[in-house]
Amino acid sequence: MTTAAVLQPTGVLAQTFVEATPSVNWVALIPYLVLIGGGLMLLTIMSLAGRWLPGWFSSGYTALVGVGTLGSAIGIWVYIGEEGPSATLSGVVGIDRFSVFVIAVLGAVVALVATLAHDYIRRENLWGNEIYVLLMLSAAGGAIMASANDLIVLFLGLEVLSIAAYVLAAIYLRRAASLEAGMKYFVLGAFSSAFLLYGIALIYGATGSTKLASIAEFLEAGSLAEDGLLLGGFALMLVGMFFKVAAVPFHAWTPDVYQGAPTPVVGYMAAGVKIAGFAALLRVFVGAFGSYGSDWQPIVYAIAIVTMLVGSVAAIAQGDVKRMLAYSSISHAGFVLVAVEANTADGTAAALFYLAAYAMIAVGSFAVVSVVAGAGDARTSIEDYRGLASRHPVLSAMLMVMLLAQAGVPFTSGFFAKFFVISAAVDARSYWLAITAMVLAVVAAFIYLRLLVAMYLPGDAQGENTSPAEAKLNITTTSRERLVIAACASFTVAFGIMPGVLHELAGDAITNLTLSP
Amino acid sequence: MESLVWLIPLLPLAGFALLLLGGRSLGEPNAGKLATAATGASFAVSVLVFVGLLLLDSHDRSFTFTLFSWVPSGSLSVDVGFLADPLSITMALFVTGVSTLIHIYSLGYMHGDRDFSKFFLYLNLFVFSMLILVLGDNMLLTFLGWEGVGACSYFLIAFWFEDEANATAGKKAFVTNRVGDFGFMTAIFWTFFAFGTLNYSEIFADAGSVSTTTASAIVLLLCLGAAGKSAQFPLYVWLPDAMAGPTPVSALIHAATMVTGGVYLLVRVNPLLAAADSWVPEMIAWVGLATAIIAALAAVAQMDIKKVLAYSTISQLGFMFVAIGVGAYTAAVFHMVTHAFFKALLFLGSGSVIHAMDGEQNMSRYGGLARLLPVTSITFGVGWLAIAGVPPFSGFWSKDEILAGAWNHNRLLWALLLFAAALTAFYMSRAVIMTFFGERRWGAGTADDSTAHHPDESQTAHSPGASAHVHPHNEPPALHPHESPPTMLLPLVSLALLAAVAGVINLPFVKDTHFLEKWLEPSLFHNEASLNFAGGTKWVLAGVAIVAGLVGIWLAVSIYLRKSMPASMVERDFFARAWRYDEAISAVAGGPGRKAFSALAFFDHKVIDGAVNMVGGAVQVSAKQLRRLQTGMVRSYALGIALGAVVLLVYFISRASF
Repeated sequence: MTTAAVLQPTGVLAQTFVEATPSVNWVALIPYLVLIGGGLMLLTIMSLAGRWLPGWFSSGYTALVGVGTLGSAIGIWVYIGEEGPSATLSGVVGIDRFSVFVIAVLGAVVALVATLAHDYIRRENLWGNEIYVLLMLSAAGGAIMASANDLIVLFLGLEVLSIAAYVLAAIYLRRAASLEAGMKYFVLGAFSSAFLLYGIALIYGATGSTKLASIAEFLEAGSLAEDGLLLGGFALMLVGMFFKVAAVPFHAWTPDVYQGAPTPVVGYMAAGVKIAGFAALLRVFVGAFGSYGSDWQPIVYAIAIVTMLVGSVAAIAQGDVKRMLAYSSISHAGFVLVAVEANTADGTAAALFYLAAYAMIAVGSFAVVSVVAGAGDARTSIEDYRGLASRHPVLSAMLMVMLLAQAGVPFTSGFFAKFFVISAAVDARSYWLAITAMVLAVVAAFIYLRLLVAMYLPGDAQGENTSPAEAKLNITTTSRERLVIAACASFTVAFGIMPGVLHELAGDAITNLTLSP
Repeated sequence: MESLVWLIPLLPLAGFALLLLGGRSLGEPNAGKLATAATGASFAVSVLVFVGLLLLDSHDRSFTFTLFSWVPSGSLSVDVGFLADPLSITMALFVTGVSTLIHIYSLGYMHGDRDFSKFFLYLNLFVFSMLILVLGDNMLLTFLGWEGVGACSYFLIAFWFEDEANATAGKKAFVTNRVGDFGFMTAIFWTFFAFGTLNYSEIFADAGSVSTTTASAIVLLLCLGAAGKSAQFPLYVWLPDAMAGPTPVSALIHAATMVTGGVYLLVRVNPLLAAADSWVPEMIAWVGLATAIIAALAAVAQMDIKKVLAYSTISQLGFMFVAIGVGAYTAAVFHMVTHAFFKALLFLGSGSVIHAMDGEQNMSRYGGLARLLPVTSITFGVGWLAIAGVPPFSGFWSKDEILAGAWNHNRLLWALLLFAAALTAFYMSRAVIMTFFGERRWGAGTADDSTAHHPDESQTAHSPGASAHVHPHNEPPALHPHESPPTMLLPLVSLALLAAVAGVINLPFVKDTHFLEKWLEPSLFHNEASLNFAGGTKWVLAGVAIVAGLVGIWLAVSIYLRKSMPASMVERDFFARAWRYDEAISAVAGGPGRKAFSALAFFDHKVIDGAVNMVGGAVQVSAKQLRRLQTGMVRSYALGIALGAVVLLVYFISRASF
C-alpha cells in the first residue's frame, strides 16, 4: 500500500512513464505466473537434472503446480473480495471473479490430468516430460482467454492454448491415430483461428477498438449507424469460438481427435479446452456484445439446438466409447450454449456451473476409459465394457456415477447443471429452447444407458466364458488413478447433493465481470 | 410425534447404506432380515406419526419438517423437507406396511438366489425413493423420488439380467417412463415460472391466482408424467413387460406402490386441478376409462398368470384415474389402498403358485391346484373376491365409491365403467378357475384323482395359518407342487385379512363411517365433488354393481368350469396380443423412427464427417487407406466449417444495415 502511494505518478512526465510501461499488479497475476513459470521451470529442471530425479517427479510437480494455481486462484478470489475487481497490464487482463473461477477449474483439471498422465505414460512407454509442460502452458493460455479484456490478448491466449493442445493430441508419436488427430486438429484449428482473427479485425474496424470495455461502451451508446462490419465480425468470431467449443457444424474434428489422442489428454481437452473456449465466448459476447444480443442470440439459439441434436443422436450410433463420449461432449456444449443464449447474468452463472461440473465428470469418465482401455488403448469398444460391473464393481460404480451425472440424474452435479441452464433459458423467455433442451436431455440419456447396460450385463452372455475373455477384463488400477477417479466421482455426488456452494460461487463469478481498465 | 417424519424415509436409506457396505458379507438370510427390519421400523414410525397427527385438530394436521436447504441460492430455493399430512401419511402407511410384508415374502422367494443381498439392497433403495416421492414437501423432491423409483424399477426388472428378455423389458420401462418424466419436468419448470416456488403449500395457497390456462397446462403436463408412471393409455405398454422381473417386485412396485405414484401426484395437486379448465379433469376421467376397458379386455385373453394381473393392475389404475377425473379424490385414495392390499396379495399368491409349479407361468398348464396349495388358494380366493367387487370384501367398497362418483358426473361414464367392473370379475374368475379348479393340465401323465372338478372345500380349508408342505400321493413324477415356506405364507395371510376387511376405513352407511373422507379432508381443500343424488340411488347403484360382478363370475364359471360355452368366444387373438398396440408402436419405432435416427446419424457420419470409419474402424484401417482418407476427411471437415461460416455470415449480413 505504502509503496503504491509512493509510486503514485503525479506529473506529466510520470504519466508518460506510465503510458510507456504499464503498471503491473503482480499479486493478481500469480495464478498465470504459477502456470507459465511452472511449465518453463519443469522444462529447465528436466533438461538439466532429469536423469537424477525419480520417475514420478514431473507428474507430481505438475499436479503441485495445478494445486498451486487452484490455491492462488482462491487467494485472488478473496483479494478481489477486498479490493474489488480490477484490470492490469494497461487494462488488457481483467482481474475479476469470472476469470478466477475459470482459472481455478483449469488448475484442478491440470492437477487431476497430470496425476493420471504418469501411469498412462509409463503404461504406453512414452518418453519425455513434454506432456506436462504442454499441459501447463495450454492451461495458461486458457487462463489468459478467460481474463482477456482485449481481443488481441484473447487471440494470444487462444493460440497458446491451442498450439499446446495440438501437440498434446499428437504426443503418442508411435501411433498413427494420435498423429492423425494432432494433424487434423492443427489444420482445422488454424483454419478457424483465421476466421476469429478476421472477425477481430472487422470488429476493430467497426468500433475502433480492440478493448472490450471500449467496445461495450461504444455499442451501448448505440451510435453505430451502419453495422455491417460489426455483424460480419460477430459471424467470423463466432465461427472461431464455436470451433473451440465443438459446436455443430464446427465439431467434425472432435470424434476423430478424441478417439486418436492419448486418453488423459482427451480428458484435458473435454474439460479444460472447453471451459476456456466458453469463458472467451461468454466474456466477449455476453460481456462486451451483450447490447447486440438480439442480433447474435438467434444464431446461438439455432446452433445450440443443432449441437444438442447431432451430439445426442450421433452418440447413440457410436460403438467406440471414446467416440461416444466425444459426441456426448458435443451435446454438452449444446447445453452450455443454451445458457449462453440467455445473455443474462443467470445464464453466465449456469454456464459456469455446467462447465465446472462437466470438467470433473469429463476427467473422471476419461480416467475410467483410460484404465479400462489398458495397454495400447485397445479396449475402447462398448463390447469391451460387457460384464465390467461383476469384475470391477467399484470402478463400474464410479463410472456409473459419472454417466448418470452426464445423463442429468438427480443427486448428481449433472442434474443441477442442466437444471440451472434450463431455468436460465426459461427466465430469459426462450421457452422453445428450454423445451427442446429437455427433450434432447431425454434423448441424450440413452447414450449413457447403453454403456450402463453393457457394464451391468454379464460378460459371458455369448458363451465367451473362456480364459481369454476373462483376461480381457483383467484391469489394474494404480493408487493415483483410483485417487483421481474417486475425487471426480465424489465431486460429482457432493455438488449434486449440495449444489448451493458451487452455484453461489458461479453466481459471484459473474457479478464482477468487469471490463473497465 | 409427527416430528419423527424424517425417520420414515431415513430408515430404509440406512438399510440400503448398510447393505451397500456389508451386504455381501452378511449374506443370506441376514441381509434380508436387515432390510426387512429397516422397512418394518419405518412402518412403525409411520404409525407413530399417524397417531401424532390423529391427536391434533383436523385443520392442524399438516406438518413440515425441513431437513436442510438443498438449493439455497438465487431465485430458486428448494429444501429437503418432508410434509406429514393426512394424504402423505396414508400413503406412507400402506407403502411401508405392504413393503414390509413383501420383504418378508422375499426372504422365502429369493432363497438361494445368487444375488440375495443385492436384491434386498435394491428393495430398500426402492422403499426409500418411494417414501421421498410421497413425503417430499416440494415438486423437485417428489420428482427425485419419482426418478428414484423408476431407476429401482429398472434395476429390479432387469434383476435376473442373464435373461435378455428381462434386460429388454427393463429398457422398455425406462424409455416409456422418460416420456412421462419429460412431462413432469416441464411441469416443474412451468410451476416455478408461474408460482416462483416449488413448495406444495405455497403453490396451493396461490393456486387460485394463476390463469386457468397456466393451471391447465401444468396439470396436463403432470398428467403426462402420471400416465407414464401409472401406466395409463397410451403409455401403459411397459407394465406387462415389466412382469419379467421377480414376482415380489411385481407385487411391490408394479401393483402396490410405484404405479400408484401418478395417482398420488394428481390427488396431491388437487387445488391445481380445481383451478384448471373443466375439460382437463374430464379428459383424465376418459383416459382412465379407456385404460380400464382396454386393459380389462386384454386381460381376458392372457394365458400368462402374471400378465393377467399386470393388465388387471393397469385397468384398476384406470379406475383410480376416473375417480380423480370426476373429483372423487377420496375414492381414488381408498381404491389405491384396497388395491395395494388385494393386488399385492394376488401377485404374491401367483408367485407362490409359480414357485410351486417350478417357474411355470402359463395358466393352460395349471388346473386343480386348490387341494395341493390350500393356503395359497384360499388367500388368492380372498383377493379374487375383493377385486371382483363381492361384498363385504374391500374392493367392493372402494370400487362402489368410484362408480358412485362416476354416476354423479356422467351416466355414460358410469355405464362403461360398470362394464369394466364386470370384465374385472370375469377375467379374475377365469384366472382363478384355470389355476385352482378344473382338471390338472400339468405333469407327465394323468393321475388317478386328477379330475376333481369340484374341490371339497372342507378338505382344502384346513388350517390356513399353519404352514404345510402338502405332498399328496399319486403325484405325477415330473412335478411336485407343494405349498410355500412360512415366510411366504405369513404375508399372504396378512394381506388376505387386510384385503378382506380394509373396506371398514370408509364405509358408506352413515356420515360417521366415512373415516377416510374425513381424515383426508385437510389435504383436499374442499375440492372433493359432493354427490348430488339421494341415498336410495346409492343403494340401487351398489346393487347393480354387485349384479354386474356376479354376472362376470357366472360367465367365467360357465365357460371355464362347466364348459357350457367355448372359450374362443371371449379369448380373441386381438385381445391376447393386447390390441396389437405394442406391435404398432414397435413397427413405428423400429421402422420410420429407427430410419429417421439412422438417417441423421448417417448424415453426420457421411456428409459432415465424410468418414467411413464405422464402429472402431479407424484403428484397424491400414496406414495407406488412412492416409488416403485423411486428406479427404480434413478437407471435408474444413468444408463443414466454411459452410457454417457462410451460413453465419449470410444470416448476420441479412440483419445488417448499410
